[in-house]
Amino acid sequence: MNMIEVENVTMRFNMSREKVDSLKEYFIRFMKRQLYFEEFTALENISLTVKQGDIIGIVGLNGSGKSTLLKIISGILKPTSGSARIHGSISPLIELGSGFDFDLTARENVYLNGAVLGYSKAFMSENYAEIIEFAELSEFQDVAIKNFSSGMIARLGFSIATITKPDILIVDEILSVGDFRFKEKSEKRIHDLMAGGTTVVMVSHDIGQIEKLCNRAIWLNHGKLMLEGDAKTVCAAYQAGATQ
Amino acid sequence: MELTIEDILAAISVVIIAATIILVVVNIPRLKALWPGFKKYRHLLATLVSRDIKVKYRRSVLGLLWSVLQPLFFMLIITLVFANVFKLGIRDYPVFYITGFVVFSFVSESTTLSLNSILGNASLIKKVYIPKYIFPLQKCLFALVNMVFSLIAVAIVYIILQVQVYPTVFLLVVVMAYAAVFSFGLSLILSAAVMFFRDVAHLYGIWVTAWMYLTPILYPLSILPEPVQNIVKLNPLVYYVEYARSVMIDGVIPDLNTNLICIGFALLTLIIGLVFFKRTQDRFILHM
Repeated sequence: MNMIEVENVTMRFNMSREKVDSLKEYFIRFMKRQLYFEEFTALENISLTVKQGDIIGIVGLNGSGKSTLLKIISGILKPTSGSARIHGSISPLIELGSGFDFDLTARENVYLNGAVLGYSKAFMSENYAEIIEFAELSEFQDVAIKNFSSGMIARLGFSIATITKPDILIVDEILSVGDFRFKEKSEKRIHDLMAGGTTVVMVSHDIGQIEKLCNRAIWLNHGKLMLEGDAKTVCAAYQAGATQ
Repeated sequence: MELTIEDILAAISVVIIAATIILVVVNIPRLKALWPGFKKYRHLLATLVSRDIKVKYRRSVLGLLWSVLQPLFFMLIITLVFANVFKLGIRDYPVFYITGFVVFSFVSESTTLSLNSILGNASLIKKVYIPKYIFPLQKCLFALVNMVFSLIAVAIVYIILQVQVYPTVFLLVVVMAYAAVFSFGLSLILSAAVMFFRDVAHLYGIWVTAWMYLTPILYPLSILPEPVQNIVKLNPLVYYVEYARSVMIDGVIPDLNTNLICIGFALLTLIIGLVFFKRTQDRFILHM
């Protein structure tokens, strides 16, 4: 079964020197006929099908469009042309703790972030204890998270985002959360999810990690799809190609 | 028989209402498709509204009481100035003023807060998919909650001044529903427009002040000269304020024309808002 279908996706951004966001500026540029922008193509004609249970890694240098592709799959960005369809529930781990309100306590943030991901209050109450325990924050439940360290925030975010078994998990460079102990724990949890049939799309600069976890990989370079295939082949080609 | 401006507006409203019904019927499948998304995020909506309420009153000693006290203080000041200095000669001026004030501040608060609601949640919208209309809707609901609290202030004025209460007071719910739909429509337009032109925020700030004087809150519409009245009557808020006064102070159920105009303005604004928002929402993220 196809879980993710990306068809001929092209993403272009307007790269005006300064963003024209005031009426005056817009008007002046309109009069001067300078309302043309430099276009930047972040992704060009990408097609990708991900089947159920696939663990697919995306490799590429900085600025090659990896995160843009993840955002399009997650529905955060709409492509300029082409389409991206997903089938089933999706849990994006794009930036941990992005739904947090720093003035609220850890407890309040668990419910808030759960709601951001579309979970009900009752569901979050059921899983509350497990979330806090996994994040190792039981002593700090009622402390405003503006007083937390970045590691604590990332742990809490990871713990909330992986509490359900989503059909699709989107992972952007976040397997390096916290200290080595928590890293092991979070890797184990990702493994459990994968074993349970979850489809995973991950971005990582750690080639070893991609080779270890993924069965397939794609290599992006300047928004173009260079190679698609099994993880080992793609990683080898990427390393050979990127060092040239 | 000469047509009044109300007749013309009511006729236009009938057309708007008919068009809305047709639009809804034609788009039933699309509207149905929206439902699962809304259902999924209704918890988020509830959480965000309750967070707004918590944050507003956190660290203030009097807390929620401020929602009651603020309109009361305004009413006191305005009554002192207008009823005594200008001698408008209106029966129960405090009630007259506070009714209009509550309606107007609901509209101005909900729209002003909505204006920055999407921009203010940029960090969230960039990282998680959330239907964006949730944010203006959140601010409108929050303003609605505040409005309900300020009705306590109205009740206090009624009790102190021993003003007669009519059974029509329950129709206040109807006019609040009209005003809420109108405000949500306007909120959609503003929150989307500000994504492309930040000036909208400043312009709207000026407009709200002007709007307050163009709406008969401090004065009765009848003191304006006839030609000016006809211009002021193009302002939707005139009808919402008059509606509220009619059911609260006069105990009269507003006529069909007033109801049609109220609905017409609300639906027209909502449709424009929905269409504009839907067309532009995918590009918001590029302007954050």
